[in-house]
Formats: sequence, C-alpha cells, structure tokens
Amino acid sequence: MKATAQIAINVFRESVRDKVLYNLVLFAILLIGASYLLGQLTAGQDVKIIKDLGLSATSLFGVFIAVFIGIGLVSKEVERRSIYALLPKPIYRYQLVLGKYVGLLLTLAINVAVMAVALYAVLLYVSSGVPEIVRRGWDAPALDPALLKAIGLILVELMLITAIALFFSTFSTPILSAAFTFGLFIAGHFSADLRNFDQVVDSPSAVRLARGLYWVLPNLAQFDVKAQVVHGQPVSLGYMALASGYAALYIAMLLAVAMYVFSRRDFK
Amino acid sequence: MSTPALATFDLTKDFSIGFWRKRPYRALDRLTLEITAGEVFGLLGPNGAGKTTTLKLLMQLIFPTSGRAELLGRPLGELSVKRRIGYLPENPYFYDYLTAEELLTYFAGLFGYTGREGRTRASRLLDQVGIGAERRLQLRKFSKGMLQRVGIAQAIINDPELVIFDEPMSGLDPLGRRDVRALVLQLRDRGCTVLFSSHVLGDAEALCSRVAILARGRLIADGSLSDMLAFKARGWELVVAGIDERSVPVAGSRVRRIVQIGYGRYAFELPLEPPPEQLMAELTAAGAHLVSLNPIRESLEDFFIEHVTAPDVTSIRREVAGESRP
Repeated sequence: MKATAQIAINVFRESVRDKVLYNLVLFAILLIGASYLLGQLTAGQDVKIIKDLGLSATSLFGVFIAVFIGIGLVSKEVERRSIYALLPKPIYRYQLVLGKYVGLLLTLAINVAVMAVALYAVLLYVSSGVPEIVRRGWDAPALDPALLKAIGLILVELMLITAIALFFSTFSTPILSAAFTFGLFIAGHFSADLRNFDQVVDSPSAVRLARGLYWVLPNLAQFDVKAQVVHGQPVSLGYMALASGYAALYIAMLLAVAMYVFSRRDFK
Repeated sequence: MSTPALATFDLTKDFSIGFWRKRPYRALDRLTLEITAGEVFGLLGPNGAGKTTTLKLLMQLIFPTSGRAELLGRPLGELSVKRRIGYLPENPYFYDYLTAEELLTYFAGLFGYTGREGRTRASRLLDQVGIGAERRLQLRKFSKGMLQRVGIAQAIINDPELVIFDEPMSGLDPLGRRDVRALVLQLRDRGCTVLFSSHVLGDAEALCSRVAILARGRLIADGSLSDMLAFKARGWELVVAGIDERSVPVAGSRVRRIVQIGYGRYAFELPLEPPPEQLMAELTAAGAHLVSLNPIRESLEDFFIEHVTAPDVTSIRREVAGESRP
C-alpha cells in the first residue's frame, strides 16, 4: 500500500511540474471567466450561461487532462525506459498501475476543485450586484450547491475516462491510446442511441450488434446532469449513487484487465 | 554448501520478430549459471550476445520462454528478494522532472525508507558517486555520465546483498570508471555479490573473480579468470638497457620480435622455449642490464576474440565448459 501511495505521489508531482497541465487549467479558468462576458450579451440569462459554460469547460478540460496524461502514464514509462529502474524495486506490477491511476485522480480532483472555485467566484461576482427581484426570476440561485452534484459527476466521469486511457496505455502507443479513448468517450455519450437502434434499422443482426455494444460501451451520458442543474431541476442522491456505482464497477473491471495485461508484458 | 547468490537453470528466451510473419528469435539459449555469494562476476559478450536479455530476465522485466532462475536462493519476483537486490539498467533513464535527490528519496521510499532516513541515504549515496551541488538540478539537465552515476547510486540505495549492473562503465569518463571500479570493490569487501555485464574486458580482468562469456545467446565459457587464462603463457617479454646496437641479437627462432624503445633500450619478444636465461646471460655479458622479464600471457581479450569469433560456438561451449567446470 505504501509503495502504491509513493507511486501515486510521484505521478502527482510529475503532473504538477508539467507545463501542459497549467496551460489547460489556465485556459479553462479563462473560459469560465469569459462566460461572464458572454452572459452580458443575453439579457437575464447570464447566470445560466455562466453555469453552463463553466461546467462544460470543467468537463472538457478535465477530459483533456485525463486523456493526455492518462495515455502516457504507463506508455511513457516504457518508451523512456524509466520502467527498467522502477520495476525491479520491491513493488508488484499491479501496484504500479494502481499508483499511476490514483496519482492522476489526485491531479484531476485538484484541478476540478480549482475550476469549481473559479466558477463559483465568477458566479459570486455576477450575482453580487443583482437586485432581489431579478434573482427571484432565476431557475436556481447563482451559488447553487447543486452545482457540486454536477461537478461531482463530472469527476466520476473523469475517473472512468482515466481508467479507459490507462487501460489502453498498458498495451498500446500513446497515439493509438488517445484515439481509442476519445473514440470511447464520444461513443459513450451516444450509447443510449444504440439501445434504440431497432427504431431506425430493420436488420435484426445490426440491432443485436448495437445492443451488444450498448452493454459493453461505457454509458457516459448518465454523468451529464449539467442541464438539470442549470435549470434548477433536482438530481437525486440515489441517481448519483447509482451512476457512481456503475462507474466504480466499470473502473474496477478496466483496472483489473489493465493490471493483468501489464503483469504479463515483456519490456524488451 | 552455501546458497548461491544467483542461479539460472536452462534459462531460455525467444522473441517474436518480423511484422507480418512472426517468427521466433532465440535471444538466450538454455543458460545455466551459478554465482557464489560474495564474488564479483562478469557477464561478457559482444553486442546481441544475450547479456541484457539475461539481466532483464533476472529482474523480471521480461519472462522466460523456458527454464528458471533464483536470486538469493528464492524464485524470482518475491518482494522479500527484491528488497535485497539492486539493479542498474543499461543506459539508464529516470524521471527528468525530478532532481537527483528527489529520485533517490523516491526510490528509497519504495524500499520503506521514508522521511529523514530516505533523504539521508540519498544524500550519502550521491556523495559517494560524486554528485555534488548538481543533486538539486532536474535530471533533464544531467549528462550521460552523471545519469550513470545517479543510476549506480539508486542501485545500492537499499544496501543490497546482490547488485546487478548492466554496463556500469557506459558513458563514464576515466575518473568515473575508476570510481565505479573502487565502488565495486567496496561492495565486494562488505560481502555484497556483484554481477555486471560489460564490453570492456579490462574492467572484467581488474574486478572479476569469475566471468561468463556469451555469444549468440549461448554460454560459450564460464569459470574463474585464472582457469581461463592460467598456464597459457605464450612467451616472454624481456626489456634490457645499455646495450650496444651491434650486440642486439637478430630476430629468429630465439627472438620473435625486437622493438627499440629508446637509445640502448630494447624490448625482445621471446618464445616460451628455449627458456630466456641463456639470452639474458649473453646480453648481460655484452654489457646490458636487465630492466624486466615478464611472461606474455593470453589476455581475456585474446580469449574472448578467439572464442566469440569461432565458427561453431556450440562445440566451443562444450569444450570450454568441460575444461573449466569442476
């Protein structure tokens, strides 16, 4: 356990010293800030737009960080040969995979927290001068705690995407891993369409294939509750728990396969 | 009989090569070796001989196709064994965003030395391998030789009982090589077993009690250097001074080669027979005085070249193993 923690801390340290990460976070914060300007163009909708753009920026840049750092977690170790000095140390191979995953999660959690603080700061600034009568017309308060539910599910989705990126990283090149992960990310957001494939296609075999894919591909759309939160619709804790449970199961399976693949791999 | 520090039993590794039609390539063929605790052992061989493959198999960076190995009397992969060994990979590369101090502290942490103890160990070892103020620079600013020194330090961060160095002299300047030689001898003196691979036969001659020579994935010779090279004197080198040019003997059956080193100073290469005493007496009578007389022995390099370039390494392996093994 200690070794896993040491590896995780080292991944976090690597991320912290990576200039790409700072650029992504800075860009995301700028985008959240810029949503304030965009909100000015739409009378009465500014808070909604800021929330919507802020949450989207948090999710999008989180995905970029998860994919671009995630795909290199293991493959970079192999390419740069740093793994030759690390694996002979008293660690199991699975600890390396787990440590890498936990380290990147730590990085993501801190980044998402920073972006959430930036979003709340912009919302506080925008709402501070608004008269009470205008506020009453909003679907949800500016500093709505329900935003944290959306941010929480964004983090859960990022955890799943990181596991996908890490899974591919254990046996593939960074470029292919990035392509596969982005492919799954996009397919995962449209997987509900696969379930209803029989409504648009007559071929039974195509429908069966689509159903099969629906069950295998990660259902990422369920983590997107941005619209509900922005419009003040409730997101139950039960729903969040179910979505998180689904993610935990999927992540556990991906990590188990990643660990198995990695533990049998030759590093020539 | 004490447990060997390292033993391999018919260790074999095949790789798949080719893009479309994969075919097996045997990188290591039934290697059986035993290294006694406390000795310095050299694994020698030309490029592609299977040295690095052997070391990677021992470190479980790759897995054997067949055969097995033991380190410190235990099967490979046990954490309790990993805690007692150190490894320097060939041309090591480390996390370039870390400083040398951070890297060693990180690796010390993996051995359970956390906090102050880890930092103290890191600092002591960096001193030992000659990394001074640079220890606070990120490793991306390090030269190849400096990285090699860091690599050696990380290999001994846990005071190992067995250290495996893959080409430890690679990238080092003469001072660095001298330091590493001294370090290997220090490790040996404190009872640590050292296995290293090298192309540099001089290092093996200077440090090893025993060596193994690999070629094309096969063990072609193993044994103590004295077994391999003893009694293989192939002549004498006689150096004399103060001799008149007219008294210098003519090259022939008694003298193979004559080299004038300086005025009145000559080196003679003599065959093993007849003994050199008679010629020495004649030269002394002619006014020369003896500077040195040394046997010309077969060097490890001669042995290496002779055996590695032989057309059929299998037959050589049989022959040498039969001669040198007890």
